[in-house]
Amino acid sequence: MPSAPPKVAVYKFSSCDGCQLQLLNLETKLLELVGAVEIAYFLEARRRVLPPPYDVGLVEGSVSTPEEEDRIQQVRRDCKYLVAIGACATSGGIQALRNWANVEEYARYVYAKPEYLSTLETASPVASHVFIDFELRGCPVNQYQLLELVSALLTGRKPNISTHSLCIECKRLGNTCVLVAQGKPCLGPITQVGCGALCPKFNRACYGCFGPMEQPNIPSLGQWFTERLGHTPRDMKRMLRLFNGYLEPFKQASEHYERKEKGG
Amino acid sequence: MTDQKIPVGSRQFLPRSAFEELFAALHKEGYSIVGPKVTDGAVRMQPIGSVAEMPQGIRDNQDGGFYRLEEGEPELWFEYVVGPNGPKEFFFPAQLPLFEFHVQGGRFDLDAGPPQVPKLAFLGVRPCELAAIDVQDRVFGRDDPGTFRCESEPWYLQIRQEALLIAVNCTRPGGTCFCASWGTGPEAAGGYDLALTELKDGFVVAVGSKRGAALAENLSLRAPSGAELELATLKMELAREHMGRQLETPDLKQLLNESIEFPEWDDVARRCLSCGNCTMVCPTCFCCTVSDGSDLSGQEITRTRFWESCFSHQFTYTIAGPERNTIRGRYRHWLRHKLCTWWDQFECSGCVGCGRCITWCPVGIDLTEEAQRLREGSTKHKKRLGVSHGE
Repeated sequence: MPSAPPKVAVYKFSSCDGCQLQLLNLETKLLELVGAVEIAYFLEARRRVLPPPYDVGLVEGSVSTPEEEDRIQQVRRDCKYLVAIGACATSGGIQALRNWANVEEYARYVYAKPEYLSTLETASPVASHVFIDFELRGCPVNQYQLLELVSALLTGRKPNISTHSLCIECKRLGNTCVLVAQGKPCLGPITQVGCGALCPKFNRACYGCFGPMEQPNIPSLGQWFTERLGHTPRDMKRMLRLFNGYLEPFKQASEHYERKEKGG
Repeated sequence: MTDQKIPVGSRQFLPRSAFEELFAALHKEGYSIVGPKVTDGAVRMQPIGSVAEMPQGIRDNQDGGFYRLEEGEPELWFEYVVGPNGPKEFFFPAQLPLFEFHVQGGRFDLDAGPPQVPKLAFLGVRPCELAAIDVQDRVFGRDDPGTFRCESEPWYLQIRQEALLIAVNCTRPGGTCFCASWGTGPEAAGGYDLALTELKDGFVVAVGSKRGAALAENLSLRAPSGAELELATLKMELAREHMGRQLETPDLKQLLNESIEFPEWDDVARRCLSCGNCTMVCPTCFCCTVSDGSDLSGQEITRTRFWESCFSHQFTYTIAGPERNTIRGRYRHWLRHKLCTWWDQFECSGCVGCGRCITWCPVGIDLTEEAQRLREGSTKHKKRLGVSHGE
């Protein structure tokens, strides 16, 4: 163990703060965490800010404004390890839906005075801007994966974060498949594990908030959904474009279904 | 209890009204009962306490990627076949803590090992499951340095030793069943303590072991009539003829060996999701990974075993990188293991014909169809290459 606890920084970019809240929601483990590391920069949790450099930086949120574009560069310089946490930081998040639309038009709908906004054409994941050392998927991230990540960094071991399908975890937990037994359009077979199969556990179809698994076969599942379960290409596009729509290969597949929707 | 000993190998009759006595007898012997119960629209093997929890008057409708429960004959209790899980989940748990220790000064102090082995009685084990248990006994229960067999697992051996198996023969095979092709069903051939065949008024009970005979002593059994025995036999005959699927088994090993580079694999690779569902529901699949964890302090260490799958790309990582980089490679590996290389490893087939991999595949990939495609491909490719058949 190092003599001084490692300094941890938690950054917020364009996001809903939900992933930072997952850290604060650790409850009993939170005290342990605060004992094991020095919270050097975490504006949502404490006012005190220690100067960089930091050992570990956790970044929540996508890069969506010119200011953020610059700030992420400084964050990278300040942190020894940089970890993107959550769907926004790893894929662009739900705000990346605007990447397929006209930002100015969106802004006019939402804001009374859109001229005060300074925003980029696209919302993009952190990895599009700087090198990241690791990423945790999910909307929001899973708190046990957060703990596992920090525990592994502290011990100097590889974090046990799996990249296979959600189905494997879902079956391990003893859930009955909602796709096979209820015909629900579950994205589990193409989605990365990590959430604890939360939705199928409550009889809901997975909506892919952990993003694509390693080597997903989206065309095959899409064929089953459209030909057997009666979903349209538009349904497919919308299913893929939710929290991780801008992350490959969900992005490419959603564009394929968009072309099909338009009769291409 | 009577003085009359019930002989092993005999057949008895248990009236339906006396079925509940099984529960009482098992509870008296200290067993926790695992039996069929409907949860989330499927029949799952899970802890149950009485007959009332068992499904009654329902049957299953199974096909590739499809499972639904429907109304059946109201007076029958076992008209469905296997659901998504089975005894494997208990003998070889999806997640098993292996040990826990903490760092104390300069040494490691062991805090806990694997959990205490429960004493389980399984009620409603299907013949294909018995065959699968026999396969896993070869995987986890035997030591043979001469072959590639895994080393025996103490936890598995203990829980198997304790477990009592009450089988139920399948009078109505499911849509994806093909046990008759392997000879593993629909009638249990062995490996059970008691085996029941359901008739309208009750069950013909085959006594398969001393433990089963001792249990039977507690039940209001009577000798079955000739008609009842004949009806039970007839039901088995009918079931054999009504399998949902078929697999030509005799020369599979040769077929899988010669088909390694067949283009048919590309076709199934386009459909396979590599999601691992088939391996999770398969009653013989035994892949697992051992994962070490440490807490924030770095002082509390755990080692846990999880089910894993040959369809997981990450699972194939070795020091030289991933072993099977494509879905084609992973599906081929799985099918070849089940139908071919399993024989080299364990001297038996890795498939028992339960049909789960077909039903629970999200896109309905059918092992029997894929084997048939390879078979047709084989004839076609041989013809093209001018190889005479039957050499």
